[in-house]
Amino acid sequence: MQNILSLHNVVKNYHNHKAVDEVSFDVRKGSIFGLLGPNGAGKTSLIRIITTITGADSGEIFLDGEKLNLDHPSQIGYMPEERGLYKKMKVGEQLMYLAQLKGLTPAHAKSNIKSWLEKFEITDWWNKKIEELSKGMQQKIQFIATVMHDPKLLILDEPFSGLDPVNTNLIKDEIRELHRQGKSIIFSTHRMEQVEEICEDIVLINRGKKVLEGNLENIKYKFKENIFKVEFDGQLPYDISRETFEVVEDNDAHLLIKVKEGHNSNELLRTLIDRNIIIKSYQEVLPTINEIFIKQVEN
Amino acid sequence: MNKLWIILKREYLTRVKKKSFILVTLLTPLGIGLIAFVAGYFASKAGKTEKNIIVKDESRILNAENLSSTYMQFTFSDQEIDALKKSYIADGYDILLYLDEKPNLDQQRIDMYYFSKDKLSLPTLESIERRVSRAIRSYKVDQTQIDKTLLESLETSVNLENGIASDSDEETEGSKASKVSTIISTVLSYGMGFLMYMVIFIFGSMVMRSVMEEKINRIVEVIISSVKPFQLMLGKILGVGLVGLTQLGIWIILIIIIMTVVGSYFTPESMVTPETQMAMDRVQEMNQDGDAFANILKEFTALNWWLILPSFIIFFLGGFLIYSSLFAAIGSTISDDLGEAQQFMLPIIVPVIIAFVMIPAVFNDPDGPIAIFGSMFPLFSPILMPARLPFDPPVWQVLLSILILIASIIFFIWLAARIYRVGIFMYGKKVSWKELSKWLFYKG
Repeated sequence: MQNILSLHNVVKNYHNHKAVDEVSFDVRKGSIFGLLGPNGAGKTSLIRIITTITGADSGEIFLDGEKLNLDHPSQIGYMPEERGLYKKMKVGEQLMYLAQLKGLTPAHAKSNIKSWLEKFEITDWWNKKIEELSKGMQQKIQFIATVMHDPKLLILDEPFSGLDPVNTNLIKDEIRELHRQGKSIIFSTHRMEQVEEICEDIVLINRGKKVLEGNLENIKYKFKENIFKVEFDGQLPYDISRETFEVVEDNDAHLLIKVKEGHNSNELLRTLIDRNIIIKSYQEVLPTINEIFIKQVEN
Repeated sequence: MNKLWIILKREYLTRVKKKSFILVTLLTPLGIGLIAFVAGYFASKAGKTEKNIIVKDESRILNAENLSSTYMQFTFSDQEIDALKKSYIADGYDILLYLDEKPNLDQQRIDMYYFSKDKLSLPTLESIERRVSRAIRSYKVDQTQIDKTLLESLETSVNLENGIASDSDEETEGSKASKVSTIISTVLSYGMGFLMYMVIFIFGSMVMRSVMEEKINRIVEVIISSVKPFQLMLGKILGVGLVGLTQLGIWIILIIIIMTVVGSYFTPESMVTPETQMAMDRVQEMNQDGDAFANILKEFTALNWWLILPSFIIFFLGGFLIYSSLFAAIGSTISDDLGEAQQFMLPIIVPVIIAFVMIPAVFNDPDGPIAIFGSMFPLFSPILMPARLPFDPPVWQVLLSILILIASIIFFIWLAARIYRVGIFMYGKKVSWKELSKWLFYKG
């Protein structure tokens, strides 16, 4: 499959630190891609390089097979983490202005904006000033401003920060809808749990360096620790072999048991059955991205 | 280029469409017109209160002819002074003037008396004194039988004119500055210098506020993902500059219209008051020929407007571009409040103020070393060259100054853009001078 975006050994230095250090990764066309990392990891620096706001010191970047150039910003929709709008401007004027800066003709801009306003059922907002809108409403406008020029690649930097659950869902639905339409989306965040819901592929960076890359499910399997969650009726099997198993967590409802290396889950199951324990559920527990991340960073 | 135009258009239209802009633009000339109207109204009212003066002249040397004036009516009476004192108000006179003795020819000073319901103003008193003294003088001339033409030939009025050093006197005759034109030039020079000073502060800080607003609103990153920081900054500066030109243009047109209307409402005659009469007498003494109004007008139109106006507009734009790009750079370094701006604003304000206080030095010695230096140095020239223009500086100096100005505009916009592109993304950190200088050499 072709890549919408490829980074090869991208480096960006600021005068006292390396913000991006030899980072390479690919974003598949039509995928939702998670760019993960704690605050200050270099996510925003990377995005600013991709959006041509700043230049990389070295390395190569390709957008849809072409070397990144100044025509590309109009093919990218970027919603920065620190975002805002002109408070005194009206919704319509504002979107028209931003659309024209993205290279749309006034007529084209108008028809795109109108169809987005219809989609969100807010056509009567055209003449409202931004400052008259609530924060959630402003975010809708901000989202429209990001997608109205029909970009090939969407980059959303912490898109849910400052949103209430209703608006978060609304934007999530829109992201899924755009995904269905075949848009490529880069979703940057430090909130790992959001990634697991939405993303297919991820790259994890820390202190400017790439830590992990790949398909989300594969990564989880790769880092799984053979922990099984068991719900049961009956006496706790305290005398199970400590050489084979380790009770990681023990509460009234369930046990988390780790099967040590060299053994498999069937042995655990057999042990439980042999002791006549009535098993209600039995399930492998995969690590969360957050756990993987913390582990990777600590190493 | 197209994006620059879109930015410029937005910066211009959002400001021009603001209610506050429309109000200030329309009301300022109206306010000036109103002040002129009120001043004119009171002046003409004062002029129209003609003084009816009754004269009791025991010496019988005064006569109505040599006392006459447009706003003073002199009437002579034979009644006794005591009777007049009682009746002059009832008879419709404002002032009773009493000359009790015939002055003899050696007398240098005589005392007269007036009676009036109200205390007379100083100009009115002086005006009456001058008229009576002139009448007595001509009486003395008659009495001593001095030849009038001989007497007139003794009087030599000295008028110090601006000499011209070059040999081609005739050619430069038009540029010869008379004393009246010096006064006009001084006023104009101060006016233009002051206008530039205001423009730099008003529109410069408008650019700064706008940059800060975008940064604090956090819209700047949204915009910068579509256009280059340089385009955004330049579009903003040019847009605000056009707003300034629009306002200035409307003001000039409206003020000319309003002043013409107000001026036509008050005829020159209606404006003749004791005060204006004196001023005009003085102008007339300086320029023997013609009427004073015409004279001022003549000198005013004789100024080299073909040099002054285009140069003024160039310096207006140049000064605006240099200072507003500096203000834009400052605006970009500020992340939350104006207080932070102080340390960086000072170095911008200081040259403007220095230039402003140098204006008197320029019109005291328009071709002196201070004036020449001031009108060349690019941070001063936008204020000081317009101040020099009415004094007709050598054309090569104006052109050289414009060249330096243009080079400086390019330099300062480049400098500001280097700071701006880094500054707009810096949040929550106080910026030091040292850091600012590092920004200049950051790679894009």
